[in-house]
Amino acid sequence: MKLNRREFLKGLGALAGTLIITKPSISQAYSKGDAPSIYATGNKANEKVWKIYEERKKKHLPPPEEPYAVLVDISKCVGCRRCEWACNEWNQNPNRPLKEFEASVHQKPSVFDKIRRPHAGNFTVVNRFYTKDGTPLYVKRQCMHCVDPGCYSACLVQAYRKTPEGPVIYNKSICMGCRLCMIACPFDIPAYEYYDPITPQITKCTMCYDRIVEGKVPACVEICTAGALTFGKRSEIVKLAWERIHTNPGKYVPYVYGEKEVGGTSWLYISPVPFEEVGFLKLEETPIPEYSERFLFMIKLFEVVAPWPLVYGAYYQISKSRKKKQSINEEKGEGHGKK
Amino acid sequence: MERNNTSWFREKILMGRTLGEFIRDNLTIGNMIALIILIFGIYAMVYRLIYGLGPATNLSDEYPWGIWIGWDVLVAIALAGSGFSVGTVIHLFGLEEYHHFARFVVLSSLLRYVFEVFCLLFDLGRYYNIYVMLIRSWGFSSVLFLVGWHFFLYTNICLVEFAPAVFEWLDLKRVRDFFAKLVIWATMFGAIIAVGHQSALGGLYLVAPYKLHPLWYSALLPLFFVISAIFGGISIAIIEATIIRKAIRHQMKDFDEEDFNRKLIGLGKAAACVLYIYLILKLLDFAHYEKWHYLKGFYGFWYTVELSAFVFIPALMFTSAVRNRIVWLVKLGAVLTAFGVVVNRLNVSIFAYKWYVPLSQKYYPAWTEIALSAGVFTLMVLTYRFVLNRMAVFYEHPKYRSEH
Repeated sequence: MKLNRREFLKGLGALAGTLIITKPSISQAYSKGDAPSIYATGNKANEKVWKIYEERKKKHLPPPEEPYAVLVDISKCVGCRRCEWACNEWNQNPNRPLKEFEASVHQKPSVFDKIRRPHAGNFTVVNRFYTKDGTPLYVKRQCMHCVDPGCYSACLVQAYRKTPEGPVIYNKSICMGCRLCMIACPFDIPAYEYYDPITPQITKCTMCYDRIVEGKVPACVEICTAGALTFGKRSEIVKLAWERIHTNPGKYVPYVYGEKEVGGTSWLYISPVPFEEVGFLKLEETPIPEYSERFLFMIKLFEVVAPWPLVYGAYYQISKSRKKKQSINEEKGEGHGKK
Repeated sequence: MERNNTSWFREKILMGRTLGEFIRDNLTIGNMIALIILIFGIYAMVYRLIYGLGPATNLSDEYPWGIWIGWDVLVAIALAGSGFSVGTVIHLFGLEEYHHFARFVVLSSLLRYVFEVFCLLFDLGRYYNIYVMLIRSWGFSSVLFLVGWHFFLYTNICLVEFAPAVFEWLDLKRVRDFFAKLVIWATMFGAIIAVGHQSALGGLYLVAPYKLHPLWYSALLPLFFVISAIFGGISIAIIEATIIRKAIRHQMKDFDEEDFNRKLIGLGKAAACVLYIYLILKLLDFAHYEKWHYLKGFYGFWYTVELSAFVFIPALMFTSAVRNRIVWLVKLGAVLTAFGVVVNRLNVSIFAYKWYVPLSQKYYPAWTEIALSAGVFTLMVLTYRFVLNRMAVFYEHPKYRSEH
């Protein structure tokens, strides 16, 4: 149905503007070097995950005793990009053969030359950074699934949820497409289907909510053979992270990224070099929602307090003009004017 | 019925002319230019609706908001502050000698809000879901929710405030009197709602502490937005009053030039006071958060320009103009101040947003974006003129003169 409507509208557009309107073709974009995933539309994963969430809520299934988390050990990642492939495969995003993903680590001009970010058609990317002594480090990037998510607080229709399992998920059916969540996200994760004219949506990593409610691990964690990704309960993951740092002195910087950043995240990182060198922003511990909460409280306070002097002012003006009317305007006897 | 309708149409819409005469009278160069802009604007709208935001704009995952937000919402709403700043003072503090201004500042606010929402519909990816915010799902933790609801309420408030003029035009005295009584209450609620959403527009950027340049980011951002909307609104009131007075001079035969100038200077005085308050708060914010080291480099320079050239200098201009009673200086100061508000809003929304991105990768508007904005602006101006020519906005309606 929806497809039909879109086709119809496109047909209409073609009719209306065959002479003047030219649609930028995707092949053009390839030649410009843009990631094709920017042009992806019609993502199904986020919708599917939301449906599962709703169903579980309806059935009153008990939440797990603790939310889950994933530990990324940057020192162990070899840059095979199999996690990207598995992610695309599981979430039915546009994909290429696995070999092409694995090959890019050795290719000379390769996707690693550019620092990438998730787009409409891919939820995770692996980026390459070089340390000071020239050894490459590979850093996986995806939604961090904040404990107190900024996207949720920014959304004016509450299209986001922080599930008790840990993932932050998105509901496209009530989304207005305002894209404030993209502005609010400190990690720049939510991507938008800019090339869908009628039903665009936000797309982002779901932490494979659909898998973890079935007791499985996320697709990327499952396929990782390098041991860079570990899935588990959040408190245990934090413990594991510090354990690795302490049992391998000198191998890691003594810091767990995501433990406290913006109130904590469900994806945690440990790294052999300072985090600023591998593309991580230095963030405060204040959760993003708190920045706007204070303001919202102030404005409520204002809107409760301010009317009273104004009501007084308005009443004063009305009674003043009434008196004036009475003294000036006797014989007409018309209603009280506004002033 | 049919004939009755036509004569009503001829009387009210065509202002007593036949359709042919009306069209002939409107074949001016200005209207031609407006028509050309409109054609491009409508083309951009259709293009956006058929192909989506991607082809129609330069927006990206890095820059989700462009000029349709920065210009058509932030700038337009800031400059529509005239409705609440000037309107409130007139009605609530009983400055009746300013009542010439009351209706037309309300009209200018009303039109800005209506056309801003119209433009916003093109920016929203799922514009048909806009009702969700009103009746289906309320995101109380969101600043944008506050903005959305306040826009909705404020547009209705402006409609009530302007309704008397519409019903004078339609000659429906009873309806007109009903709304005339409501005006003062509408103004009162309007003032609260306006402060609410003007500050909330600044509050939107509170969630981006890492993306907005520290010189512009501040916990006081909402307050800065309200205050600058007040002086921006006053400046626009001065500018619009000057332009419109020239444009429709023929409608105002018993016009008192002296008196008009005195009022402009009065508005200038108010603008100067608000500008000084703003400047002091800006400096406080700067000193409190110890932003000295950011002054180096281009953004520091640009921040200094914004504050000195568009806040401090106009404040001095207004001061001098008020002290020496120079009307043209008030007008010049108003132009500079209004321009400064435009610069400030664009800085916050576009220029200082993601300031760490190199200049070559920054967002710049596509031509379709500009065309749509220009088209919407032209539509607004045409509506403005349509209303001004027909309704008693800048003068008193002869039949209702005693009411004022």
